[in-house]
Amino acid sequence: MSKTLVIYLMSGQETPALAEAAVEGGADIVELGFPFSDPLADGPVIRRAAERALADGMRTHACLECLAAVRERVGVPLIPMTYASLLEAYGWERFADDAQAAGATSLIVADLPAGERPDLHRVQLVAPTSTEERLRLAGEQTDGWLYLVTVTGTTGTREGVSSALAGLAERARTAAPGVPLYAGFGISSPPDARAAAELTDGVVVGSRALEAAERGPSALREFVRSLRESIDRA
Amino acid sequence: MPETYGTYGGRYVPETLVPALDELSAAWDDALADGSFRAELDALATSYAGRPTPLTRAERFAPDKRLYLKREDLLHTGAHKLNNALGQAVLARRLGKQRIVAETGAGQHGVASATVCARFGLECVVYMGAEDMRRQRPNVERMGLLGADVRPVEFGTRTLKEATSEAIRDWITNVETTHYLIGSCVGPAPYPSIVRELQAVIGREARAQILDAEGRLPDAVVACVGGGSNAIGMFAGFLDDEKVEIVGVEAAGAASLGTGRPGVLHGSRSSVLADEDGQIADAHSISAGLDYPGVGPEHAHLRDTGRARYVGTTDEEALHAFRRLTRTEGIIPALEPSHALARVNELDAELVLVCLSGRGDKDLAEVLARGE
Repeated sequence: MSKTLVIYLMSGQETPALAEAAVEGGADIVELGFPFSDPLADGPVIRRAAERALADGMRTHACLECLAAVRERVGVPLIPMTYASLLEAYGWERFADDAQAAGATSLIVADLPAGERPDLHRVQLVAPTSTEERLRLAGEQTDGWLYLVTVTGTTGTREGVSSALAGLAERARTAAPGVPLYAGFGISSPPDARAAAELTDGVVVGSRALEAAERGPSALREFVRSLRESIDRA
Repeated sequence: MPETYGTYGGRYVPETLVPALDELSAAWDDALADGSFRAELDALATSYAGRPTPLTRAERFAPDKRLYLKREDLLHTGAHKLNNALGQAVLARRLGKQRIVAETGAGQHGVASATVCARFGLECVVYMGAEDMRRQRPNVERMGLLGADVRPVEFGTRTLKEATSEAIRDWITNVETTHYLIGSCVGPAPYPSIVRELQAVIGREARAQILDAEGRLPDAVVACVGGGSNAIGMFAGFLDDEKVEIVGVEAAGAASLGTGRPGVLHGSRSSVLADEDGQIADAHSISAGLDYPGVGPEHAHLRDTGRARYVGTTDEEALHAFRRLTRTEGIIPALEPSHALARVNELDAELVLVCLSGRGDKDLAEVLARGE
């Protein structure tokens, strides 16, 4: 079965064109960052992108407009990824409703672990530190797939795939049978993506995709294509 | 379920930390049920930290009142922060963690953390905003002497908010070997209740001392509030005494309770300085220890229920109180409790108790730069 490729982009003026390029390069899902001033789960690349986006006025309403604009350009699932503070300010249910109306397929909240606010249907994250009980809970509550955080750490590029991923993937398969598992955090290069895809059902690439996106849509398209070709050989 | 204070508190953290918070909760419950933990803390408090700290009558500072100061400035390392750092160091040892990570604003919690790490032979990493390192230089030097690795945080406002975020990111990365020694009653559950319990010794002692000195409870209890740990420790002794007025004093430019809104910062829901989109706003205070856009969730709850009220003090008013206490009582307070002192004379109360949470040596450069 073909592996799923998820590409993370930060909301901004250029994002609709970048998302289109990512999909042309072979992305199956686009995650759309809604920037937060104090993103605990993020390393330097996404943090800088968030700072720039906020300086450019990418507040919640502008991000929802960006989401709608991306929706007009691409047909793949779109998943906003953000932090609890934005939902608290906007209203939890209202945020979910308005995101869906703007074309979102689901939602990821980086600092809202499984068990908190169970009514908010979203993609749950699990980590190498997650216990079996938490893997099961996340598997039950998740929306469509489980996000496997490959490292104990923040987002950002790293050399090689975390040695923790194989064990996490195996435990998650047992705890959440039948739920697709996509691995993210620290997956930087086509060989990494392939190695991670061999252990899972798909990969999420964020920081390195943002770096490619800074060089424009064609650079992003080529980078995503190189990931696609690599994971298709997995 | 993690404890909440009304609608505040909770655990808004990446999944990676949840098992560590569960482990911490269990270890804390075990420790509380274990008489040897309390006995070890009590022995450290008396033989190492210098507890009980005295209660001092301040007649010349407040001639129209009967004002008492709870002298946490006389605690080892010069501030109440040591109460919490000692307790969490003993807890970290029970958890088998050899590495401590902490954040610091004024440097008092960083010094307390570095101190207990030296005392127990633990590795210590302290994150501190570059701006705070500039204005609290003596504490940076003390931490270095004590063997801590002080890491400057160079982004955002370069103050306590960013230092806290960076300490949490370090913890996410090294969670299996590291205990996060949070310095205030903020953060994800169970931290607010751990810090409250470890600081509650302030209120317990003060209540007994003022009963001894005056034969009655105070009319009002006052403490400064940044994250709010000295305040919650002091207030804890009097919350059940309905006739005692409880007053928290924030820096006017960092009034998370006075001008904030419900929000999520550093792992819990509380009252925070944020814009209408939930983006955290910058706080501004002359006092590095109060320069924080969040506050402990229990304070938000005490505000909403009306059990405590929270007021503000400007930089200038705090400086005035700082100089006045120095000249009238021969006590140089830290700038943080100077905010609390600034509100004393206008209270409609005769017998007043103020938590003097720390001493002012660290603030001399900042105060002298503002002129006499």
